[in-house]
Amino acid sequence: MTSVDGPVLPKLIGERVKRREDPRLIQGQATYVDDIKLPGMLHLAFKRSDIAHGVIKSIDTSAAAAIEGVELVITGAELAEHLGPMPIGTPFPAPDHFSVATDKVRYVGEPVAVVVAEDRYIARDAADAIEVEYDELPAVVDPEAAMEAGSATLHEGFERNIAVESYWGGTGVNPETAQPEDDSAVDAAFAEADVVVSQRMMNQRLAPNAMEPRGVVAHYEPGREYLTVWSATQNPHILRTLVAAMMGLGEHQVRAVAPEVGGGFGCKINIYGEEYTAAALSRLVKAPVKWIEDRTEAFLTTTHGRDLLGYIDLAAKSDGTITGLKARIIADIGAYEVLLTAMIPTLTGLMMNGVYRLPVVRHELTEVFTNKTPTDAYRGAGRPEGLYFLERAVDMVARELDMDPAEVRRKNFVPADEFPFATQGGLVYDSGNYEPCLDKALEVADWQGMLAERDAARAEGRIVGVGLSFYVEVCGLGPSAVVPTGGWEHSGVTVERGGKVTATTGASPHGQGNETTFAQMLADHFSIPFEDITILHGDTGVVKQGIGTFGSRSQAVGGAALISAAGKAGDKMKQFAAAMMTDQEVSPEDLVFEDGRIQVEGAPEVSKTFAEVADFAYVPVPLPAGMEPGVSEESFFEPENNTYPFGCHISMVEVDRETGETKLLKLIAVDDCGNVINPLIVEGQVHGGLAQGIGQAMFEEVVYDEDGQPVTASFMDYVMPRAADLPVFELDRTVTPTPINPLGAKGVGEAGTIGSTPCVINAAVDALAPFGVTHIEMPLRPERMWRLINEGGQS
Amino acid sequence: MSEPVPITINVNGRKRSAMVEPRLLLVHFLRESLNLTGTHVGCDTSQCGACTVLLDGCSAKSCTVFAVQADGSEVQTIEGLADGDELHPLQDGFWEEHGLQCGYCTPGMIMSAVNLLENNPAPSEAEIREGISGNLCRCTGYQHIVNAIQHAAERMAQS
Repeated sequence: MTSVDGPVLPKLIGERVKRREDPRLIQGQATYVDDIKLPGMLHLAFKRSDIAHGVIKSIDTSAAAAIEGVELVITGAELAEHLGPMPIGTPFPAPDHFSVATDKVRYVGEPVAVVVAEDRYIARDAADAIEVEYDELPAVVDPEAAMEAGSATLHEGFERNIAVESYWGGTGVNPETAQPEDDSAVDAAFAEADVVVSQRMMNQRLAPNAMEPRGVVAHYEPGREYLTVWSATQNPHILRTLVAAMMGLGEHQVRAVAPEVGGGFGCKINIYGEEYTAAALSRLVKAPVKWIEDRTEAFLTTTHGRDLLGYIDLAAKSDGTITGLKARIIADIGAYEVLLTAMIPTLTGLMMNGVYRLPVVRHELTEVFTNKTPTDAYRGAGRPEGLYFLERAVDMVARELDMDPAEVRRKNFVPADEFPFATQGGLVYDSGNYEPCLDKALEVADWQGMLAERDAARAEGRIVGVGLSFYVEVCGLGPSAVVPTGGWEHSGVTVERGGKVTATTGASPHGQGNETTFAQMLADHFSIPFEDITILHGDTGVVKQGIGTFGSRSQAVGGAALISAAGKAGDKMKQFAAAMMTDQEVSPEDLVFEDGRIQVEGAPEVSKTFAEVADFAYVPVPLPAGMEPGVSEESFFEPENNTYPFGCHISMVEVDRETGETKLLKLIAVDDCGNVINPLIVEGQVHGGLAQGIGQAMFEEVVYDEDGQPVTASFMDYVMPRAADLPVFELDRTVTPTPINPLGAKGVGEAGTIGSTPCVINAAVDALAPFGVTHIEMPLRPERMWRLINEGGQS
Repeated sequence: MSEPVPITINVNGRKRSAMVEPRLLLVHFLRESLNLTGTHVGCDTSQCGACTVLLDGCSAKSCTVFAVQADGSEVQTIEGLADGDELHPLQDGFWEEHGLQCGYCTPGMIMSAVNLLENNPAPSEAEIREGISGNLCRCTGYQHIVNAIQHAAERMAQS
């Protein structure tokens, strides 16, 4: 074989490649929304309701309008002449919801008027100078009380404050009729069970708290009738669609840009009233406008997550075999339905099948309006709630039967040879192999050693517990049948002159590192240097189409679209290469990409460089028959199903007898997200997810008082996990690829938040079990723990 | 509103003079007046640390300092940390160890870590975690940040 000049390129998929995003971020050179300045730009500030529920009697804007530097003061009723009610993305009935309240306010923080001013200080002064008078109404705070006759109601047409009611059960939903099957089997299962555990559990309301607050810059150019919107969003293409509709524009008249985005965690999926307002006011005042949220506004108005109350019953035989599940869930969705609000709790019931064979299920869900901030997706979005309820209940069965919690789980696993596995709720788990994952977790954690360590600590009088959870979740959202926005993703791959590659993706990242992982994939696909590839995203003016980044879909759907587009571009490169090798009579099918060349497989001497072929593609003389010049291909990837990653988390906690403070001593996470492109990035995703899941278990809770006043509206009161609160996480993986996409990758963005929460609470209950404690509500506040230690029972 | 007052602050080695409102926050002076947008605002209440800069060599949360209070002082921001094209060991550590994801908390986190390592060049893991407890990160779970600071401490000890 003749040797060919040039370096051998290492394969990058599966390698710990350092992120190419980082140099700009570690030097303060990235551009977030608040870093954007446009000539003549004005600033918005919102006057917000300081009561939870009331009718707006009057708004006096005169003092605000008189402040020097104020361009415009506009009330919700006035703005409604320019903006209709906001769209939602679910098929459920929803009350009208205006960007700025028109006649009634329904939660503290709801905007009632807007100021446009020269700078943000003046805008804030003017907003504070607006006087609003309300006729106050009783606040609806408790979702169970909200459903009782006689409760105040938030919305006309939604009696007893009920937004959504759903029910399914028996042996599942009849696919022909979409109706519940006869569910007498559920009652029979519970009547015949050896053990039934029943527990009321709260999965409390959380604030997503991306470190970058929301923000928007809108610039409407009257001469062009063209709107550009920069926003801290997870999905600029959805933003474009909805802003265009609200503004009465076509999508061809709107460009939406997600510049550098400082975290999302689900709360930047929704398109908010402030985004529509900025667009409308830019058109009205004929100038670019900017609005940047402050942290208290974020606590009051950025969507919250979770807030599900569950009444859970689990039936089992004396050998630990689970025989039935009943779940009655009440979701406190806050004051309005926003983009995905009503859909999120429906995922909870669907995912409550967990990793188990559940012969019979009864599931009831009621979504209830209250005078609180609307809820929507928060990292995990429905799955953490469902898996928390289930994994707590399974642990209670283990405790009731005095069985090892690992063994109860093992006994009920869906066996590896039953995949694809159809659940009672109609999901089809793509692939799974749970036992090796459990075994690995037990081994990495040294489960038996941990039990011995706990017992030894107890013998010394310390309060120590160990806990375990096993989750399965749903990732890679799509398909389009279940995602209201469309469940595909789009990618474009262009081979430029000179052989460099530019690719676009609709999976708009905000910390996920797609620029790195997608470049790794293309480097391997074309066998060209990593540095020769640019990944563009987050700009509808550059990325032709897209859906966005949520539901752990970047790799499983976005990555698959990228590889599909790269396949098309690669085919064309091979056709051009074959056309350049006329003297050798090479067929494109014989060619492969190898170290910067396109060559006959196994014969590098019959080759052209990638760059030579790229140059030829743009000056193709003679043009090969049937071909067009250039190499710029695109693909829409529509997944046929979701993916279902899984994993086992194990933890150890110690509770201080004197103070009630809980310390997390250990956390071991063995996750299976299928094939991995970049283990460094996967570890980072798992770490961050764990911290958020632990945050829910131990620290975080959005609290309202009886008048609907939020008492956790800053980082002073809302406890975020800090570095010193967390142990060193021990991670490992098993690998069960998915057949749903060509990468075999399932998604990992949310895994950590799903497994860790029940695992930590199971450990805390184990710690306090000697005191007769059978359940502890989250978060593990010291006062709560101290009372349990001293008073026993449940919290 | 009060009348603007003159201030002079040495920012990243360069003397910057301006007339500012007494209520102007240092972070807004840096971001809006000087276009040094690497310093971020995450909470307005000095809880999150995204706005951390070095004020006369000590880490300070620039969202809770008035620009007039920094008159006559030296301020160092993330933009002034690298030595020309050579990254500061902490910047390099964050890159090497994947100490960031969305990057929003990163400049403040790095500036806090600069102060930490100046006071304690060889901190233990627990001391690092304690030392950055004034800075919130929602993405990383802090583990890679701890690794990044250890990485930098080792490199700085060698040089």
